[in-house]
Amino acid sequence: MSLLELRDVHVRYGEIRALRGVTLSVELGDFVAILGANGAGKTTTLRAISGLVKTTGEVFLEGSKLFRRTPDGMARLGVAHVPEGRGTFTTLSVLDNLRLGAWTRRGTSTRDLAHVFELFPLLYERRERRAGTLSGGEQQMLAIGRVLMAKPILALLDEPSRGLEPVVVHELFEALRRINEGGTAIVLAEHKPALALGAARRAFVLENGRVAVGGDAADVRGHELLRVGPES
Amino acid sequence: MTALVQHVASGVASGGIYGSLALAIVLIYRATGVINLAQGELATLSAFGCWTLVDHGWAFWPAFGATLALSFGGGVALHALLLQPLRNSPLLRSVLVTAGLALAVNGLDTWIWGGASRSFHGPFSASAVTAGGVALSKQDLGVAGVSLAAALVTGLLLVRTKLGLGLRAVVSPVEARFAGVRVGALAAVGWGLAAALGAVAGMLAAPSLQLDPNMMQRVLLYAFAAAALGGLLSPVGAVVGGIVLGVFLDLAGAYVHRIGGELRPATALAVLAGVLLLRPNGLLGGTAPERA
Repeated sequence: MSLLELRDVHVRYGEIRALRGVTLSVELGDFVAILGANGAGKTTTLRAISGLVKTTGEVFLEGSKLFRRTPDGMARLGVAHVPEGRGTFTTLSVLDNLRLGAWTRRGTSTRDLAHVFELFPLLYERRERRAGTLSGGEQQMLAIGRVLMAKPILALLDEPSRGLEPVVVHELFEALRRINEGGTAIVLAEHKPALALGAARRAFVLENGRVAVGGDAADVRGHELLRVGPES
Repeated sequence: MTALVQHVASGVASGGIYGSLALAIVLIYRATGVINLAQGELATLSAFGCWTLVDHGWAFWPAFGATLALSFGGGVALHALLLQPLRNSPLLRSVLVTAGLALAVNGLDTWIWGGASRSFHGPFSASAVTAGGVALSKQDLGVAGVSLAAALVTGLLLVRTKLGLGLRAVVSPVEARFAGVRVGALAAVGWGLAAALGAVAGMLAAPSLQLDPNMMQRVLLYAFAAAALGGLLSPVGAVVGGIVLGVFLDLAGAYVHRIGGELRPATALAVLAGVLLLRPNGLLGGTAPERA
């Protein structure tokens, strides 16, 4: 039984067909990259899983069909979604943001907080600062710190590297690797194939809202759809 | 000097009432993005409820507690009935609904209790206590104490509890949903808390203003000015704004001809307009995140 399964999922934005029958699966503890050009459907796939957009088709989580999905409902089922733009609470402190990461759990464990601060010492230094005053890289660290606090079964990350310095991106992907080693499955929508395939075990390449190719990351690496683009 | 201290104490008392109502406005604005134009009328309804209980033989403080509980429940119910169905509509529609609610509650008060003013005997006597040679009204001290205590309890709830963290989080509803927060339920709690705070303001204001269906209309204007002074998003700012405004209006009324009487609402309106024009984020407020 897969952890997450999408069967023939379609999404429309008015006249535009953003997803055209996407079928894919994510296994327990998996690390999956969703790749493709701009507009291929990467973000929409994550939004479809979280219930941010209306879909047709079937979505299963741990074998159970999910009929009505909402972002807060999915979070309570153990699916954390870090949207593009980080999704931090800009008016709240770093510490409050991390506590909100653990909202669906009972209480905030000091051990979990210590773990986040060990991984991102900068967040400890800035723990009393408003999240809105952090740099883009620090906000992304905070977003991933919140995933650590949530201890989800599945984390959906939308373009976490966008607009960040390579050294920060390296730090973030190291954190993702550790989250994954802790048992959380990761689905990463990413516009930099080399970066994503370096971290993921499996990958799906989308083209015009369809899965063009899917399989082990090593096998997908040479696909022609990934050979274009200055950032690949 | 004695007169100055007395005016400041009186200003803190009336400012505490403005601050309580301003805090109620801020809580709803943070939780739902809506400015509740019915906040004053709901406070009046609560004051009438307390008056009715006292009229039926209840002592003031049990009636005060029961009114708080009823007001909280009423606030939650109003959110569920009127605001939650509009959660995906433009915010202006919700604001218009609160305007309609204000008219409806005003009419309900008049229908049940009539339009005449009634005496409302509060828990504090009009006599004075002398401290450091200055005679201070027990009424002023009591009102200031209760309203500041209500603000303190609300502040502790917001800062020290998980519920408070959620209430602070729903100012960013999209992000809150991603964190698993039930935004609608917390917005309802926000309405309940705001209704209870409004009830505190109404029950404290009634002894000095005389209870009638229009009692809180001017106070609501002062509360809007206080909330604007605090930046609309800041609970602390709302309370500080209320006290600053109360003291300012009392001192101005005492030392500048007419402002304490006929021009008191106009002065508050000038403060409101001035803050919105010159310092729209208020004295302590931050920038509101965009709501979806």
